[in-house]
Amino acid sequence: MSGSAADGVPASPLSYLDRPNSYIGRSVARPNARRLLAGQGQYVGDIVLARMLHVAFYRSPHAHARIGRIDVAAAAASREVVWVVTGADILGICKPWVGVLGHLKGMKSAPQPALALDRVFAQGEPIVAVVARSQAAAEDAVQKIAVDFEALPPLTEPEAALAEGAPVLHPELGDNLAFERRIEVGAVDAAFAAAAAVVEDTFDFARQTGVTLEPRGIVADYRAADGRLTLYQSSQAPHMMRALMARQFGLPESDIRVVAPDIGGSFGIKIHCYPDEMATVALAILLKRPVKFVADRLESFVSDIHARGHRVRGRMAVDAEGRILAFVADALTGVGPYSAYPRTSAVEANQVINLIGGPYVFPAYRARARVAFQNKVVMSQYRAVGHPIACTVTEALIDRAAAALGLDPAEMRRRNLIKDDAYPVTSAVGLKFEGLSHHRALAKMLEMMDYEALRAEQAALRARGIHRGIGLASFIEITNPSPAFYGAGGAPIAAQDGCAIRLDPEGGLTLQASVGEQGQGTETVLAQIAASVFDVPLARVRVVTGDTDTTPQGGDNWASRAAGIAGEATLQATKALKANVLEIAGALLQMPPARLDIRDGKVVEAASGAARFDLAEIARMVYFRTDALPEGVKPELMATRHYVPRGYPFAFTNGVQASYLEVDTATGAVTLLKHWVVEDCGTVINPLLVAEQLRGGIVQGIGGALYEECVYDEQGQMQNANMADYLVPMAAEMPDIEIGHVAGTPTAESELGAKGTGEAGVAAAPAAVLNAVNDALRPFAARVTAQPMTPECILRALGKLPSRRGAAGPAFG
Amino acid sequence: MAKLHISATVNGEPTEFLCEPDETMLDVLRGPLGLTGSKEGCGSGDCGACSITLDGRLVCSCLMLAAEAEGADIRTIEGMAEGDTLHPLQRKFLEMAALQCGICTPGMLVAAKALLDRNPDPSESEVRYWLAGNLCRCTGYDKIVRAVLETAAEMREAVR
Repeated sequence: MSGSAADGVPASPLSYLDRPNSYIGRSVARPNARRLLAGQGQYVGDIVLARMLHVAFYRSPHAHARIGRIDVAAAAASREVVWVVTGADILGICKPWVGVLGHLKGMKSAPQPALALDRVFAQGEPIVAVVARSQAAAEDAVQKIAVDFEALPPLTEPEAALAEGAPVLHPELGDNLAFERRIEVGAVDAAFAAAAAVVEDTFDFARQTGVTLEPRGIVADYRAADGRLTLYQSSQAPHMMRALMARQFGLPESDIRVVAPDIGGSFGIKIHCYPDEMATVALAILLKRPVKFVADRLESFVSDIHARGHRVRGRMAVDAEGRILAFVADALTGVGPYSAYPRTSAVEANQVINLIGGPYVFPAYRARARVAFQNKVVMSQYRAVGHPIACTVTEALIDRAAAALGLDPAEMRRRNLIKDDAYPVTSAVGLKFEGLSHHRALAKMLEMMDYEALRAEQAALRARGIHRGIGLASFIEITNPSPAFYGAGGAPIAAQDGCAIRLDPEGGLTLQASVGEQGQGTETVLAQIAASVFDVPLARVRVVTGDTDTTPQGGDNWASRAAGIAGEATLQATKALKANVLEIAGALLQMPPARLDIRDGKVVEAASGAARFDLAEIARMVYFRTDALPEGVKPELMATRHYVPRGYPFAFTNGVQASYLEVDTATGAVTLLKHWVVEDCGTVINPLLVAEQLRGGIVQGIGGALYEECVYDEQGQMQNANMADYLVPMAAEMPDIEIGHVAGTPTAESELGAKGTGEAGVAAAPAAVLNAVNDALRPFAARVTAQPMTPECILRALGKLPSRRGAAGPAFG
Repeated sequence: MAKLHISATVNGEPTEFLCEPDETMLDVLRGPLGLTGSKEGCGSGDCGACSITLDGRLVCSCLMLAAEAEGADIRTIEGMAEGDTLHPLQRKFLEMAALQCGICTPGMLVAAKALLDRNPDPSESEVRYWLAGNLCRCTGYDKIVRAVLETAAEMREAVR
């Protein structure tokens, strides 16, 4: 990967990462944010094309029903309506798809149509599309559609869906089990038999959804004249979408362009194929006019994927010294009637049982994950897939075991975290860790939060009837996934990323990258890498992303992969371009390139630092005065490199979070006082942006822990599908979040050494908050094992409200 | 239904537009007036992405009828910077990374400016509660709150 000499770049005592003008490790502001601050961002909703039509959908009011007669006459006769379309009308061009992956063995799902055909399986499923000249007209006409339904009994609870004799939602599948996986490692039964203590709980995680402030949206523009389809889509994954659309509509990929403009939040929600977006594309092709769909908030709640929604029974055995002997986990989830396309709805459950116990040493593990079909909105992957569930189960059991043995929770972790000098490590489950820093992170955390002082304060306040809690949660986070994942499963989802970089005539750099920007700062960190390696001022680097026509083929944004993978591609491409420039400069100066360097935007003599060329002079010579170049000099001022990690399936990061909060035992209300995180994501390119990824993630995690729940009734109707009733964290309730760093563990797989950081915040915040709540409730011998931990949930745990079945908590699934 | 003819001042410019009686101010801003900086996040007044000021008062433009703008002074995110010079709040948001995806940012800035216009020295709690009607799903609010407080301090310093 490295090989400076081979690339003709002079050896330097400093690496590219720490040269004097390096931007690596510097908190620079995002140049592309100015536009957003001025209100000049261009999101899909802002795009208007000539002859553009709008589509709105009639969606199922039932969770499960047979569709009878559909009366569209009044809608079709409405003002400004162009076309009213049912499932059968677009079936010819838009066949149902199936969301399974080959490497998830035994997984099954039924074909999912863009518009429901004879049955609907979930509230919100689109049935009729209305195309009109304005969005308002399309929405008005939808109100005039009448559909005869024969309501069928909904299957809402996953236990019921998997019970013997349960009605089968899709008879051709044989049963309602979408996926099952079991893990058995080591002598589990013997470990429990020999244990000094065994702790066990059943944990409920409510369904949540992403609530991207910008709803999903797409403008599909099919130009019959040249047969090209252009999609402006609020998507994290334009390259994946192009490949899927080609498959879906039988077009060559080269005739499809997917543009992801400014994206108003994604968090995993905008990485799936949705029936309404597929239908919009089909309509644009059939009508040969641009068609726009932007979801409104109410339909977002019942059409965006949901996530979490797990019940996990967890057990842990420890010896008398508190060492973990074994974990057992049984995870069950209901994912709606279809597995999401193309990443499936099985990955979250699969991750849950992969990640339980992740930070710790334990020799024996038994787990089962079951994924059931049901009549609710489709569930799939949302930021930190599986992580917060696995982390909460693990960390809650760790705290319970500590209490059972009379150990401090911090000491319990110290005794079990994988040692910092043990790497590389392969865990009992088979996770491969290249290098982590759990102990350093924990030590830093305890120092940063002044753990002992906080414990003393807690005890003093407790004596006065004020109940505060301290919660710790160590975590691991999956980043930089290797090719062993979706590609191997048969989906057109790349693990590699590419970067093309060129020297512009005026001496600046233009960088085209296969990953995108959704606000996390991808473009900025890539610019920092290029500016550092090439040694030009950051302001001279322009980054182009989000357009399949103008960027290299690559993997897009998911699984915290952009900085680590596309960052390395950028580093290598920039090195290659620099070598080209020095070769040209050497030929012009009749000097060996090895004696030249680029510093602060100028070609200099490496030894003396004497400036020889401005980069603009080289560029102008190469582009416009090629006649003056010496014989044999190639005019190559553009270089492209791709990178894929191969050595490890993932570049795991690690860290620890802590929460300090107060529980009002009269009302059940939780007040968050402070939150801390220490994270090790390897090489930090931009500390400011890493910190903001952590903070934002933590607050999303807190949302799940305390507020967010898709509340369903027994008929499969979501009861709070609006922003007033579905609670997300707002400014008033959120704590200060302090961030600490440790000497990190850069991945040696890449020269850059960067791991991801986008999901760490979400991964452990719920566990830290849950442990803190239970720490506060300790004097009452009460504990909470369900999220969201609403006041009601806490009052039930305190016995001040009657408990519901099993653990106190929300309806599950 | 006949369209209504409305005259208003938008970001200091005399502006006329035609609207349906049931059209919202947000629809008119984003449509005929081409001011797409105001965003629709919910359409029900819960997210604050469409925040504007109406005669100096902070309102959700999705809850306001366009016809109510008759004779009023409307200010949107597009009127916040003076030419190329960003408002101190915009500068501070940039410097402190108090935004990510940017979809809430126009509303957040308009709301924050409305706060500082009436209270140049807000406490952290006052900032947090004033902005409690503006949803940001990306940042976790910490930097937004800090950016508003620091801007307030700088602006107080500047007028001294």
